[in-house]
Amino acid sequence: MAIFGLWVINKAGGLVYERNFGDGLPRLTSNEYLVLAGTLHGIHAITSRLSPIGPSSGTKFVLLTSLAESTADVVLQKVYEVYADAVMKNPFHTPEMPIRSEGFDRRITALLG
Amino acid sequence: MATTSKQYKVIGEELWKGRAEKTNAELFALTYGALVVQLIQDYEDYEEVNKQLEKMGYNIGTRLIEDFLARSNIGRCVDFRETGEVVAKVGFKSFLNITPSVTHGGLPIAASPTRSSTASPAPTIPGATFTLTLDENPLAEFVELPEEALEGGLWFSNILCGVLRGALEMIQMQVTATFISDVLRGDETTEIKVTLVKYLEEEVPVGDD
Repeated sequence: MAIFGLWVINKAGGLVYERNFGDGLPRLTSNEYLVLAGTLHGIHAITSRLSPIGPSSGTKFVLLTSLAESTADVVLQKVYEVYADAVMKNPFHTPEMPIRSEGFDRRITALLG
Repeated sequence: MATTSKQYKVIGEELWKGRAEKTNAELFALTYGALVVQLIQDYEDYEEVNKQLEKMGYNIGTRLIEDFLARSNIGRCVDFRETGEVVAKVGFKSFLNITPSVTHGGLPIAASPTRSSTASPAPTIPGATFTLTLDENPLAEFVELPEEALEGGLWFSNILCGVLRGALEMIQMQVTATFISDVLRGDETTEIKVTLVKYLEEEVPVGDD
């Protein structure tokens, strides 16, 4: 299962969490990550008007994987659950702010390696 | 494919059973009770306590919705009526293990002849409401309100109204949720009325729509 990276993007399009696994991806500067995340957010906002899926709270999870990866949505589902637990349930975490949670980091490592 | 009421009940039941950790109900009731009492001592004004409870609930609701969405895989609701059904049968069930009954009201649902596959779900007109009738309330198990609280207009479980408002706001619905009656106040039933103010448009990055 080749997962290279995980991004979490808040409602406003800001990147609140990014993590690389292994060295499948070349390193980008943090600025480049922010720009990419913002672009994705814009595209998402437009496409969601064309084909609405389920209800969403506006938070987006982006998983960067190898082409062979077929279980991406299962993994994303689990990431969402970890997010709901470690991030949202921490009363000291301000929603929409960058995620700085050891609990979240730990569980993501356990999940995505 | 409209999900029937029964299917929602099943989903709610499964979600409840699926939760690995459940809390002791008495501990929960005691904690909440202590919170309300402390607020009363701090603010000394029942209206203010109602407001604070609602605010706390709002904070909880905005976070709780993520848990709900992550675990329930419920699709988008077609209209506000369906929202009410999901809230009662899946939401309340999966978190509090109670299933309030729902009655719908307010302005008639926009007779949308276009129930076809248009991009946006047939929106209900602002003003639509649903009312949740709670037969049991785990927050208020052992509570008896004193005279001053009754006269002061305390809604003991007002945190629930905030939770509803916060959760629904995160999924693009602005609502008001208020208690209409409460058995703790000597009423026949405990009811929360949720009124749709408006659907919140998603903020699009490009200019104006």
